[in-house]
Amino acid sequence: MNNLRAVYIIWYRDLLRFWNDKTRFIGSLITPFFFLVIFGTGIGSALAGQFGDGTMDYKQFMYPGILGMVVLMNATMSGMSIVWDREFGFLKEVLVAPISRSAVAIGKALGGTTIATAQGVLMLVFIPYVGVNVSAAGIFTLIAVMFVFAMSVTSLGILIASRIRSIEAFQLVMQLMLFPLLFLSPALFPAGTLPPWLGIIVKMNPVSYGIDAMRQAVLGVEQTAMFGLELFGYRMPIILNLAVLAAFGAIMAALAVRSFRTQE
Amino acid sequence: MIRADRIIEVDDLVKKFGNLTAVNKVSLAVRAGEIFGFLGPNGAGKTTTISILCTLLRPTSGTATLNGFDVVRHQNEVRKSLGLVFQEPSLDIKLTAMHNLEFHAGVYNIPRSIRRQRMEEVLKLVELWDRRKDKVQNYSGGMRRRLEIARGLLHHPKVLFLDEPTLGLDPQTRSHIWQYILELKEKQGITIFLTTHYMDEANVADRIAIIDHGKIIALDSPEALKRRVGGDIVTIKTENDEAAIAEIKERFNILAQQDSDGICIEVKNGEEFIPVLANSFKTGLRGISLRRPTLDDVFMKLTGREIREESGGEAVLRKQFSMSQARGGRFT
Ligand SMILES: Nc1ncnc2c1ncn2[C@@H]1O[C@H](COP(=O)(O)OP(=O)(O)OP(=O)(O)O)[C@@H](O)[C@H]1O
Ligand SMILES: [Mg+2]
Repeated sequence: MNNLRAVYIIWYRDLLRFWNDKTRFIGSLITPFFFLVIFGTGIGSALAGQFGDGTMDYKQFMYPGILGMVVLMNATMSGMSIVWDREFGFLKEVLVAPISRSAVAIGKALGGTTIATAQGVLMLVFIPYVGVNVSAAGIFTLIAVMFVFAMSVTSLGILIASRIRSIEAFQLVMQLMLFPLLFLSPALFPAGTLPPWLGIIVKMNPVSYGIDAMRQAVLGVEQTAMFGLELFGYRMPIILNLAVLAAFGAIMAALAVRSFRTQE
Repeated sequence: MIRADRIIEVDDLVKKFGNLTAVNKVSLAVRAGEIFGFLGPNGAGKTTTISILCTLLRPTSGTATLNGFDVVRHQNEVRKSLGLVFQEPSLDIKLTAMHNLEFHAGVYNIPRSIRRQRMEEVLKLVELWDRRKDKVQNYSGGMRRRLEIARGLLHHPKVLFLDEPTLGLDPQTRSHIWQYILELKEKQGITIFLTTHYMDEANVADRIAIIDHGKIIALDSPEALKRRVGGDIVTIKTENDEAAIAEIKERFNILAQQDSDGICIEVKNGEEFIPVLANSFKTGLRGISLRRPTLDDVFMKLTGREIREESGGEAVLRKQFSMSQARGGRFT
């Protein structure tokens, strides 16, 4: 009971801070806007209808990838806020309070996850621009994937933040982790047509499964058949993709809680 | 054996940072309901000791209990029993004063029925009630400090740690806050563990431990400590300090000590000593003054150094300045 209350208070503070900072909420739309509208249009016209089987726009293909990107980028902010709290001393107020460290870590993870997911959901305003029809079930899948994505990366951030003291070092480490996770996934290019060395790396990346699930949810299972992620020759269905991603998220969350508990 | 009246027991406590020993075999006991002062120059190990007692740092060796609970093995019980005003800033400056207090009330589980009234009480005490809805980032340095004190008092802990609580506050606010703390102590039997550089604040303490280089070099009531100095302090200004010290040694067999005010001579009775001294002093005298011993003198007597050297107003300002610079913030 006490722990639940603590989780809630930590979570609530993160949301309150986020709510107070509207610039960040809107500002976080700018980068994906550039990717989707400028980069997407540029690459789309370079391919000039030659993309895939020719029935799909590149912009439509990349949209789920951009959704993943937005969630991943924003999910690093939670770890960042721990480093900030340490720098500004507020973390001491939290650590000396009679609440369990696990509850603090979980509250932080849920706060970051909620915010990053909300920003992902905000990205759904681009659906008409991209020009796709997403079913209610598709939206549900999207939100589920975004949530697990957010939780995994938030946890990764907390794990790193509990061991790293400086803001600069934290940003550097997060970028070193995030870019490979994004670029070694099918976020911006199809997984099916890759040379074997890259294809194998992409399959080892848990993020790939989340992106693939979102793509199936946005564009439809049949339409994405030729881009689909295959494991041991089998096409991954949405549910299995989600399972792989959830396992990754659970491991990350467990590591984060453990690491946060044992820090000084 | 834990004695009920000893709310804090520290035994052979050691904390090392690499090869620096910040706390060196400290043993002490704080009685329930007393004000315990911790006095020492910068870097003496005061904050480090407090951090260990508050479970924020693990000791390298030795043990400590608070309210009967071991600070390493029963962290949660220890945390429930204490309140802490940190030496360094610890507010969420992006939130309002009210939200900072609400967070605190939440994590310390202050019953909802009294929350609101408690917050009003402490905010009015530090005269921030009118500014309660402002974000802390718009507060001045002194206002932030006051809010931190208000927060530390909010949950009426069994033991309240105050690490230089009134640093940089104006005299009225300081005396205000002290009034409230003393009242709280009377009414609730709160134990207060205090570090300060203000001598008048240290005098409030029932007992004082003087710490230097991580070691406790004296522990007694302020009066008893001052009695160790022996009597009155006569300070003289001379034209030649070395010659004066030699002359005093020769004539009175007293080892005078030089500090920033001049040469300090410890004597049983200052009023009688001054005429004798002034009458036939060979070295040129520029001034003579007399005062009762202070805790500064006690420290001087014990270590041969001044405690104030690094803790006067100037050093305090310098410290705050470097702190605010490190945060990229403005000069507070
Ligand atoms: N985290 C740390 N890492 C390394 N050294 C530390 C750390 N914290 C404190 N020290 C060192 O331990 C010694 C004691 O520091 P502490 O902060 O306890 O002093 P203090 O008595 O509180 O001084 P002040 O009056 O300046 O607040 C100092 O030499 C300090 O440099
Ligand atoms: Mg200190």
